[in-house]
Amino acid sequence: MKKLNFERPIIKKLNVGPSHKFGLKTEFEPLTHIDEISVKDMLSEYGSPLFIISEKSIRKTYAEAKRAFETRYPKVQFAWSYKTNYLNAVCNVFHKEGSWAEVVSRFEYDKAVDNGVDGNKIIFNGPEKTEDDLNLAVENGSLIHIDHFDELYTLIEIAQKHKKKPKVAIRVNMDTGIYPMWDRFGFNYENGEAWEAVNRIMMSNKLDLVGLHTHIGTFIMTASAYAIAASKLADLAVNLRRKYNHNLNYIDIGGGFASRNTLKGSYLLGIDTSPAFDDYAEAITTSLINSQLDPENMPMLILETGRALIDDAGSLAGTVIANKKLSDGRHATIVNFGVNLLFTAFWYEHKITPAQEFSQHSETTSLFGPLCMNIDQIRESIYLPALKKGDNVVVSRIGAYNMTQWMQFITLRPNVVMIDTKQNVHVIRQNETNKDITGLESVPEHLKLK
Amino acid sequence: MKRKKITVAVTGLNNIDNPGPGIPVIRGILESKIFDARIIGLAYESLEPGIYMHELVNKSYHIPYPTAGSDILLKRLEYINDIEKIDVLIPNFDAELYTFMKASADLEKMGIKTFLPTLAQFEERQKTLLPMFGKKYKIIVPHSRPIFSEKEIYELSRDFTYPLLVKGKYYDAYISYSTEQTKMYYYKISGKWGLPIIIQEFVEGTEVNVVALGDGNGNTIGAVPMRKQYITDKGKAWSGITLDDSSLLSLTKKIIKKSKWKGGIELEMIKTKDNEYHLIEINPRLPAWVYLAVGAGQNLPEALVKLALGMKIEPYKKFLKGKLFLRYSYDLICDISEFEKLTHYAEL
Amino acid sequence: MIINKKIAVSETGFIFNPATGDSYSMNPIATEILEMLKKDMSEEEIKNFLLEKYDVNKSVLQKSYDEFIDTLIKLNIIE
Repeated sequence: MKKLNFERPIIKKLNVGPSHKFGLKTEFEPLTHIDEISVKDMLSEYGSPLFIISEKSIRKTYAEAKRAFETRYPKVQFAWSYKTNYLNAVCNVFHKEGSWAEVVSRFEYDKAVDNGVDGNKIIFNGPEKTEDDLNLAVENGSLIHIDHFDELYTLIEIAQKHKKKPKVAIRVNMDTGIYPMWDRFGFNYENGEAWEAVNRIMMSNKLDLVGLHTHIGTFIMTASAYAIAASKLADLAVNLRRKYNHNLNYIDIGGGFASRNTLKGSYLLGIDTSPAFDDYAEAITTSLINSQLDPENMPMLILETGRALIDDAGSLAGTVIANKKLSDGRHATIVNFGVNLLFTAFWYEHKITPAQEFSQHSETTSLFGPLCMNIDQIRESIYLPALKKGDNVVVSRIGAYNMTQWMQFITLRPNVVMIDTKQNVHVIRQNETNKDITGLESVPEHLKLK
Repeated sequence: MKRKKITVAVTGLNNIDNPGPGIPVIRGILESKIFDARIIGLAYESLEPGIYMHELVNKSYHIPYPTAGSDILLKRLEYINDIEKIDVLIPNFDAELYTFMKASADLEKMGIKTFLPTLAQFEERQKTLLPMFGKKYKIIVPHSRPIFSEKEIYELSRDFTYPLLVKGKYYDAYISYSTEQTKMYYYKISGKWGLPIIIQEFVEGTEVNVVALGDGNGNTIGAVPMRKQYITDKGKAWSGITLDDSSLLSLTKKIIKKSKWKGGIELEMIKTKDNEYHLIEINPRLPAWVYLAVGAGQNLPEALVKLALGMKIEPYKKFLKGKLFLRYSYDLICDISEFEKLTHYAEL
Repeated sequence: MIINKKIAVSETGFIFNPATGDSYSMNPIATEILEMLKKDMSEEEIKNFLLEKYDVNKSVLQKSYDEFIDTLIKLNIIE
């Protein structure tokens, strides 16, 4: 006879609070499979912890976003935000779907080129672009988004050395009524700086002003902020045409769309409160269509949303290492992945689900990672079934930022696998070895021990 | 006339010293001359007294907190509905309304009717957006601003003078007389209801409230103004009296007309010594003192059920002036076995 | 180990201590263990039974068992 699943015996004092069964954020179902592939099988084959990316989920989310915008606006182009997740396999799913590349450093720029993206389909953002970077971008005909006046003047100088006129846009920051207002990137709209930058570019005659760009913030929960952003960029474009009779190729509204994760400190779940692509699309496109932009020459709308496109597709599976009682009587569970791999644990109340069957009796526990570091906490308080050593859990919606912001602190990074649309599992990033990290080091002769 | 048999599910059974509206709403429905209602209680916590008030509530079920998300809530309601066949569901907590509004289409598919404000109506009356609401509907509102960090507390003196009000997104409001107090309340409230915290100008005057019901087409089905006569140390009404105040009523009708308000609503206003009305808060549901309206001749809970069922309805034109409500507490005795049953089976 | 005489344990896993007014709820395995304790089964017998029935190794079981008994003692359910 097959033995039954063992759950730690627990006893819980009952009080005024909710019933243990339907009370708190415990999920009803275990998460045993991702895209029909067994989580436990993947863990035993590829090791624990393990990052799992679903190609199917990426393509599905992308299709949703594309539909939301394309049904509302004539010319739409997505550009994959490399910083959100620049594993080449992930980038290429987006490129195969038709996305351009949006990069913010030379490292990312080179990655995009190596992935086979045409130079003129790479948007080069960010405050740091060296002269060397700029020369390369001009040569490749990439779209350079200017962040500050120093860059603008450098680019005007560089332009003289090239036959091609550099294709540029300016990044504009503005008040869209959201908090905090991002004003450290680009040129400010309200104080006239953005208009001044536009004039400098037009007067210089050395640069080809092809677009306007903004990126109003991150995890924006109110779609209407984008309507304000779009209308302010449209105003700039209209003034530009009025003064110089110059039409722009595109308006780039950036990213910042919220994913369906739940931010710390919020009462309701992200899956219930985050705006859908349709909400963002409605706000942005209505604003552009109702603006004074020339209907015959509507600019292309570029979107650089990253998080909302990839978060759902990523999961992190891991294993329970131990259970503990803390000095104040609270229960604690230690798992084998920490904030080194799950950087987003600092922002989100991540959804965490056991990967095996469980009874409906749950307990409140603090979930800690394995790092020897006090801040290594995945969830301060979470309602979970009684987990025991060796049990597996899955953290959902971790596709954005974790695989770029992870840190190599005291340990190595694990395998990343992608489940393709035909349910084949591919390792898309090998687990690191000591040699990968220490191989870069060298010890001066006099310090050697052997 | 034979009364129509219906099943109504109601939340807010916490009939404690700071009561939820559930029990008063139920009393209104049970007094209906047209409905013969079976009442299903939906409870979040095991000790909500309404669960044990078997003469008012036929059967109670635990439901998951709104923080668990609408998926899980729907699954639970599906289970309950299979047993009870609910006709109308009336949620009574501010904090749960959003989730129920999101779920209302799915509830409709299960055959459960609700009569809730639209998401847009619900959103625009949020405490954080009150200044915009005032501007849009040309109503005087106190100066207010949401804050997101402790740092902002030190900058409040730029556009506020003390005392001021510190309010939570859903519940809680405190008068603060100093930066230190503001800081204390900031953490107290944000720990419970999250951010932002709303800072509101303190308007001096008499607080007057209105309970009303809008049909979603701009018509006011009923409205009864009330002034609190005595408040508990928690700032809740202990006793209140209906008011013959036509300007307050016309202001209410104006808000309902312009916003096309759908569902129950409570307006909290301050009447200043210059007879100006400042709208300080809009609660998107019937309040706990709604039974005063029933007692004064306007059975608003019954009317809400009628609207939810799509029945024809004539607006109430008058109510009895000089009717008082006096809240009292009452010790209900029940056996531990009832508590056991509830905690184990999540229903009673 | 003796179960506190006043304690009422129901098969649903609900425990009521009339001396303190506290009530508790247990998951099925905890209820099962308490039932066995009530029947005066020894720790060895209980563990062997569980090892037989459930998919669990000795060390995990030992730790879970100790922790549970420890909690029961702290709650004055067994003495």
